[in-house]
Amino acid sequence: MVLAVDDVWKSYPGESGRIDVLRGVGLAMAAGETVALTGESGSGKSTLLHLVGGLDAPDRGVIMVGGEDIARLGDSGRAALRRDRIGVVFQQFNLIPSLDTAANIAFQARLAGRHDAAWCADLAERLGLAGQLRQFPEQLSGGQQQRVAIGRALAGRPGLVLADEPTGNLDEATGDAVLDLMLELVADTGAALLMVTHSERLAARLGRRLHLHAGEIS
Amino acid sequence: MSVRYFAALLLAVFGATAHAQGFAGMGTSADGYALPQPGTEFAFPADHGAHEDFRIEWWYLTANLRDQGGTDYGLQWTLFRSALSPESNEDWQSNQFWMGHAAITTPDAHFSTERFARGGIGQAGVTAEPFTAWIDDWQMTGIETGRLTTTGPNFAYDMEISAQGPFVPQGESGYSVKSEAGQASHYYSQPFYRIAGTLTLPDGPVEVEGQAWLDREWSSQPLSEDQTGWDWVSLHLDTGEKLMGYRLRSSIDPPYTVATWITPDGTPEPYPAGALTMTPTATSDVDGRAVPTTWRLQLSGKNLDISAAALNPQAWMDTAVSYWEGPVKVTGSHPGIGYLEMTGYD
Amino acid sequence: MWIAGLSALLSHWRRKPLQLATLVLGLALATALWSGVQAINSEARASYADASAALGETRYAQLLPREGEIPLARYVALRRAGGQVSPVVEGRMTLAGESWRLIGIDPLTVPGDVAPSGANIAGDLAGFLTGGGRVYAPPEATGALAQALDIPVLPADGIAPGVLFTDIGVAQRLLGLDGGISRLILRDDQPLGLPEVATLAPDLDLRRPEQGSDVARLTDSFHLNLTAFGLLSFAVGLFIVHGAIGLAFEQRRPMFRTLRALGLPMRTLVILVCLELLLFALIAGAIGMVLGYAIAAALLPDVAATLRGLYGAEVDGSLSLRPAWWLAGTAIAIGGTALAAAGAVWRVGRLPILAAAQPRAWARASERRLYVLGGGAAILALVSLTAGLFGSGLVAGFVLLGALLIAAALALPVLLHAFLTVATRKARGPLAEWFWADTRQQLPGLSLALMALLLALSANIGVGTMVASFRLTFTGWLDQRLASELYVTAETEAQAPALRAFLEPRADAVLPIWNIDGRVAGLPAEIYGVADHPTYRDSWPMLESLPDVWDLVAQGEAVLINEQLARREGIGPGDPLSLPGAWEAQIGGVYSDYGNPVGQVLVGLPHLVARFPDIEKRRFGVRIAPERTADLARALRDEFGLPAQNMIDQASLKAFSLQIFERTFTVTAALNVLTLSVAGFAILTSLLTLAAVRQPQLAPVWALGLTRRRLAALELARALLLAALTILAAIPVGLLLSWTLLAVINVEAFGWRLPMFLFPRDWLVLGLLSLMAAALAALWPARKLARTPPAELLKIFVNER
Repeated sequence: MVLAVDDVWKSYPGESGRIDVLRGVGLAMAAGETVALTGESGSGKSTLLHLVGGLDAPDRGVIMVGGEDIARLGDSGRAALRRDRIGVVFQQFNLIPSLDTAANIAFQARLAGRHDAAWCADLAERLGLAGQLRQFPEQLSGGQQQRVAIGRALAGRPGLVLADEPTGNLDEATGDAVLDLMLELVADTGAALLMVTHSERLAARLGRRLHLHAGEIS
Repeated sequence: MSVRYFAALLLAVFGATAHAQGFAGMGTSADGYALPQPGTEFAFPADHGAHEDFRIEWWYLTANLRDQGGTDYGLQWTLFRSALSPESNEDWQSNQFWMGHAAITTPDAHFSTERFARGGIGQAGVTAEPFTAWIDDWQMTGIETGRLTTTGPNFAYDMEISAQGPFVPQGESGYSVKSEAGQASHYYSQPFYRIAGTLTLPDGPVEVEGQAWLDREWSSQPLSEDQTGWDWVSLHLDTGEKLMGYRLRSSIDPPYTVATWITPDGTPEPYPAGALTMTPTATSDVDGRAVPTTWRLQLSGKNLDISAAALNPQAWMDTAVSYWEGPVKVTGSHPGIGYLEMTGYD
Repeated sequence: MWIAGLSALLSHWRRKPLQLATLVLGLALATALWSGVQAINSEARASYADASAALGETRYAQLLPREGEIPLARYVALRRAGGQVSPVVEGRMTLAGESWRLIGIDPLTVPGDVAPSGANIAGDLAGFLTGGGRVYAPPEATGALAQALDIPVLPADGIAPGVLFTDIGVAQRLLGLDGGISRLILRDDQPLGLPEVATLAPDLDLRRPEQGSDVARLTDSFHLNLTAFGLLSFAVGLFIVHGAIGLAFEQRRPMFRTLRALGLPMRTLVILVCLELLLFALIAGAIGMVLGYAIAAALLPDVAATLRGLYGAEVDGSLSLRPAWWLAGTAIAIGGTALAAAGAVWRVGRLPILAAAQPRAWARASERRLYVLGGGAAILALVSLTAGLFGSGLVAGFVLLGALLIAAALALPVLLHAFLTVATRKARGPLAEWFWADTRQQLPGLSLALMALLLALSANIGVGTMVASFRLTFTGWLDQRLASELYVTAETEAQAPALRAFLEPRADAVLPIWNIDGRVAGLPAEIYGVADHPTYRDSWPMLESLPDVWDLVAQGEAVLINEQLARREGIGPGDPLSLPGAWEAQIGGVYSDYGNPVGQVLVGLPHLVARFPDIEKRRFGVRIAPERTADLARALRDEFGLPAQNMIDQASLKAFSLQIFERTFTVTAALNVLTLSVAGFAILTSLLTLAAVRQPQLAPVWALGLTRRRLAALELARALLLAALTILAAIPVGLLLSWTLLAVINVEAFGWRLPMFLFPRDWLVLGLLSLMAAALAALWPARKLARTPPAELLKIFVNER
């Protein structure tokens, strides 16, 4: 199992007491599997993604990534997890503005000490960014930025790629193209992909689909 | 310079007005100063000099002048002395205070200026023999024949004088009573000067000649509280006779008048109080002040009925202590020329 | 529409109270330092004006004696020649334990506006002139003086502090003068036909009123120094304001667009923005005025002490509020705001309603900005160089200094950018690359604060080096100059010979210290006689001289002058010099004479006594083994009953001189610290405002696998690195500044040039202090970052939870 989630609870402080965002969620993903996580706004899809990505810790429950329970990790342990095992693609791209395209793609891989220059060049080529390697994020279009983000997520060949509405900020045509690229590259690297989306159309393109409703998988 | 400053300064020294009333108007007593005594004989030349034990004193010369073109002028040269305290001291600590006034009056202009000094350092003073009266560069040297000089910011004069007759005691042998209450001064005049010299005016020098009159007076007594001003004339009549007269105005009593008739040989005929009547017949506006500049004078014993009219009604002495002083033309029963001085109109 | 618009604009500040505080506080600090200095200056100038009006110096021409005093007979002769002059006597006397300047006037000849406005001399003329006289004093001093004087002391407004007014006769008596007159005031109303004063009084010096008073001329440089400091502080404060306004406007761009889209005309928007700024300027100005008043009130006693010690100028120690000062302060606050906001407002005026599709191209914009800054720096450096090479005078000196400082400030971001670019290129490892690249990207946001820090630091280093160099030189000079171990002053002229006879067998040498005051080249000067003794030959601090100059001085063939006189008149060894008493001398040498505002001439003692037989012969320097000084002083006290103040040993004289020296720079030091604090504040506020903008930039790095603590540490390191680089840049700028102060400003202001010494330990201390300040300033936002809950950071990535 690349990912095994069992009975995960997470609540956030709200205006009238704590709000349970996740109420005993469980799921499992095998290597190379692609899963779409759907649900209406506020159903807890992004929260689940963040917990799986080690960006936040659950209140209780078990999250096993690559056989290790990351729910027990401390701050630095989670940082190492993020660095070494997971690639993320955000809706807002969230590139590092002071670095150019090439540096952004290579950044995480280099942090993790798994930099492979040839693979990075290949990635850039396949993402159609070969002409933009020396450009900074502010000089790129939205679609280009998201392709950089995908490159960054895959540059370290992580076992698990997480994507949160990766095409949410793009128009339909660009979004489809970007998703195609992502699916193709994920498949090439053999990574598992967990993608949050609210689009039925996009969800249908992934191998499996989970629906989150009111904090529970339904 | 600050006029207000000096006006206030002089106010303190002299009271509100100049000459007789002003000088006598200071303080309320003569404590510590010498007092005029009736029956005192003048001793010349010593009495031409200063009497520092008296509180106030002056050397007061006025002249009626005419240039070759027939234009009339008036000239004034006055040195006032005042003792600030009865206690005499040397140098800067001197108790003697000196003030000079000088003026030239033309038919359409009046120039005046003033100087101040203290005694004890040589800046101002009077010596009897040889006679010299001075403040700064203003001088009167010689009293029988002599020279009279003055400079001011916009005029100057340099005159020769020579006395053509004797010194004339005023009042009772020089004891001049100033009110019913008996305040008095020592007072003599020299009304017989011939005078000639150069007036320097803004337009240039003018050669002039004419007649001058010197008044010498010293006292320590104040005038009565109710006396508000004074009108004084010194007249050179065409007959060679002279007339001195004054009128002291009072806030409660009728004016107190005094006159001395002087014959051409210098014999004084003092007239009792009330013999002279002085009546203003025309008033001029001098910078907002109503000043009587034409007078009717009547002296019963002499069948005198004349009119004295100012050559220039605007002859106001705009000095720290201010008053009206200027030449007059006399018409009527006894025509002539002379000088008019009026205080208490400001 | 107006109200709605304004309240929309102002709502921003409610949400960003820190930004508001930065803006208001920055402006208030700038106004405070500037107006505080102005308050000190105007208070001091008012005191001089009172003092010189008291002497008629500002309004009337004066006749001054070439030496000593004008005899009474000379005055009377002038009056009798028609000259409308009025005599003044002035002198110092100690009453009730304080030194007073006693001025005696002649109320009968003096122009009316010379006497103090509050004194009713005219109303009390008899009392003023006769009897014991009267003394008019500043109202607060009358009580103490009444005890000390045997004549009535009356209060009068309009008298300068430390001045007493009385009649000339009374003044002569109190000062023990024998009829001499210090100066004559030339009235305006001179009589017709009076000869020119030059003909009338060829023996006296004429000084025109426009030449000003001695005190005002001497202290000009001091006040210019203060003003320069005030201006510097103001500039530093404006950097903060500019930063705060720039940020606030940047953040409100969407709001401006929305307002415009909702139908608010551009003109209205610009007017509203200006109104808003005016409101802040008024509030901050008022706060600044209060602060400035507090600063001025706190510093004024030291300034007064300095001016008294250095120039003998009396300044009232208490501060009075002048309406002009309030107006000027408000104006400077508004002007400063306008200056700081001009660019931002201009951009608002050109803002398109629709946002560009692309976010602002920061990198390219900042590159353009760098070119502009570099160009500005180059131009100003050129201006500075021109002023240094071709300018002369104090103003040129300050132009040099100001242009230099601003050029350095403008060049700083360019240099830092260049450095960081190289560092980025050289960086190995993704984190290092990101660190350098990100630091470079932060530069535009921090550069204003860093520029402020550079200004404050280089001013600090420059002024510190100047003061320390001065102190070093001054102490060394004192050692040379105060060669005698004991300085003895006889109580009376008569006592002096006996004193000397007593001293001679008991001491190694007894050196007379006799002097006269006179005028040399039109200004007051001291003329001292020196004995021909090795004490002088060995240790006199000579700067340049003819060969065998001491022999020439002993023979009366040459005189020595101090550096001030030499520089002021542009004279040196070999040049002729006219001294009082129609004495034509030749200059043999120039010596340093720090701390002395007036010119000084040294002549052979016998030659001075021969020309001025009446010279006061009461003071002696005694050479004696230092350990015997105390015994000798005791013997003198027992034998002659000399009071302690008549016997001063070398050590106390040195201590006293150094004390004056230290007080002189107390104010400078205080302003220095204030300026540095303002710069520290600028860094803090810049970092705090940046912190808010930083989160979206830092969050991805965190998401890609860095802990928050690590990120915070990097942020702290970044701030420290930039501060350290700025400190490094400040050292050469400070040294250049210091050189300018020592070699240009001091020469113009005081008349002496000082050698420059370097004090690397001071820089180290200052550098560490600044680093600590920067660290403290950076710690707050860094700690905040380290403790930000992940949920907070996650908001960056999603809009929903």
